[in-house]
Amino acid sequence: MVIIGAGECGGRAVLTLRDLGHEGPVTLVGDEPHLPYERPPLSKEAMTSEAPLIKAIASDKLLAERSIRHIHSVRAVAIDRAAHLVRLSDGSSLGYGKLLLATGSVPRKLPMPGLGGRCVYLRTFNDALAIRAHLKPENRVAIIGGGFIGLELAASARKLGATVTVLEAQPRILMRGVPAEVAEIIHKAHQAEGVKVLTGQGITAIADDGTQVRITLADRQDIVADLAVIGIGAVPVTALAAEAGLAIDNGIAVDENLCTADPDVFAAGDCCSFPLAVYGGRRVRLEAWRNAQEQGALAAKNMLGAKEAHAAVPWFWSDQYGLTLQIAGLSDEGRSTVRRDLYDGAFILFHLAEDGRLVAASGIGPGNAVARDIRLAEMLIAKRATPAPEALGSQSVKLKSLLAA
Amino acid sequence: MSDWVEACAAGDIDEEDVMRFDHAGRTYAIYRSPEDEYYATDGLCSHEKVHLADGLVMDDIIECPKHNGRFNYKTGDARGAPVCVNLKTYPVKVDAGKVLIQLG
Repeated sequence: MVIIGAGECGGRAVLTLRDLGHEGPVTLVGDEPHLPYERPPLSKEAMTSEAPLIKAIASDKLLAERSIRHIHSVRAVAIDRAAHLVRLSDGSSLGYGKLLLATGSVPRKLPMPGLGGRCVYLRTFNDALAIRAHLKPENRVAIIGGGFIGLELAASARKLGATVTVLEAQPRILMRGVPAEVAEIIHKAHQAEGVKVLTGQGITAIADDGTQVRITLADRQDIVADLAVIGIGAVPVTALAAEAGLAIDNGIAVDENLCTADPDVFAAGDCCSFPLAVYGGRRVRLEAWRNAQEQGALAAKNMLGAKEAHAAVPWFWSDQYGLTLQIAGLSDEGRSTVRRDLYDGAFILFHLAEDGRLVAASGIGPGNAVARDIRLAEMLIAKRATPAPEALGSQSVKLKSLLAA
Repeated sequence: MSDWVEACAAGDIDEEDVMRFDHAGRTYAIYRSPEDEYYATDGLCSHEKVHLADGLVMDDIIECPKHNGRFNYKTGDARGAPVCVNLKTYPVKVDAGKVLIQLG
């Protein structure tokens, strides 16, 4: 068993192979110098904690105990499917019976001239260390892109006292996947914390002289920053699969078992697109921690012959200041919404399809105020339930009671 | 110290639910099972120190509100990724309608 990509997905996959009793060789190949680690803290705790600690998924000791070979700082450069061989950047090769591609995604590059050393992206722990060095009170930070990574980073930068400007070309922040009503709460939280949020304005020019960045907006306003962090989405890492002749469709195309057209090659996590059973097989690609974890585990199971279909409901969260947002399901499947108010200003929007089916739920509030109800909503979505809108909207009706119905 | 400390009234927690209880600078989670029995564990998830009392109770499982780590709250056993460290549990008794937890 060979797993390419030592992130959340690959890390979970190798551990699951052992959990399920696989006794043959397991090799995990990663291009970073680190043990497999959790990425969610990179925009948050890795910035704000006293020392930037890596949150490893498995220690060296655990990997050794479980006879998992971890090859780090090495890339896979080619797959020879006929010979069942992966060639690595250090010139060596690995034979495989089953191969899992957990190659993840990389930040989308801003297609503009003028970018230099003060224009950076965040994906890896080393990226986080480089950004962290600039987050201090006397510094100005520009965040290009009002998505989750940018906004979480903006919150961290403010916490460390930097002057922060968020630039979003779309009419509002979090256009993709987050309802306007929820995005507005986050927008206001950033403003209240002193972040300048500029929406609806494209960037016309960037000039980076290596010590500071001058960003010119469509209205000719200039934003000058000591550091610009670009967070405008991610693209799946598919070149290895494409060169091996595997189908690419917004990611490495896999079936419901996370298997490619080659029965010995699987793909999971950010790098793959797959049919989502809960929405009638709609093909999606998810960039989320839990999906990476679940698919890593499922791919491991299926590499051992289980043929189990991915049935999970998409779920993700974001923490900014004291707020947590959680979304279960894909809200663009909904045609109408019902709002349920919880305590302390927290609320959940339930997204219903035309036939009344609950297809998604978007919640925001302080701390973990929405967590329990979002989890219950996720279970209702998985059950394809059609709860009465009045019940969803009423605080006095426990969501748990709808699950039993 | 092995004192019994009063945590709450028995009726304060619904069946198949959980409540937070803070005492002497520490935080605990008190559970009422679907079988109407009471249990107690440390209050913070062993993965990222999140209050478990904000999580969901299903049968004998408490699920962390943050990353869905699962524990059997009767035994404290961690039940799958991302949690791998068990929760400490505490003896609980109900006396005259009060839920008491034995700390220490």
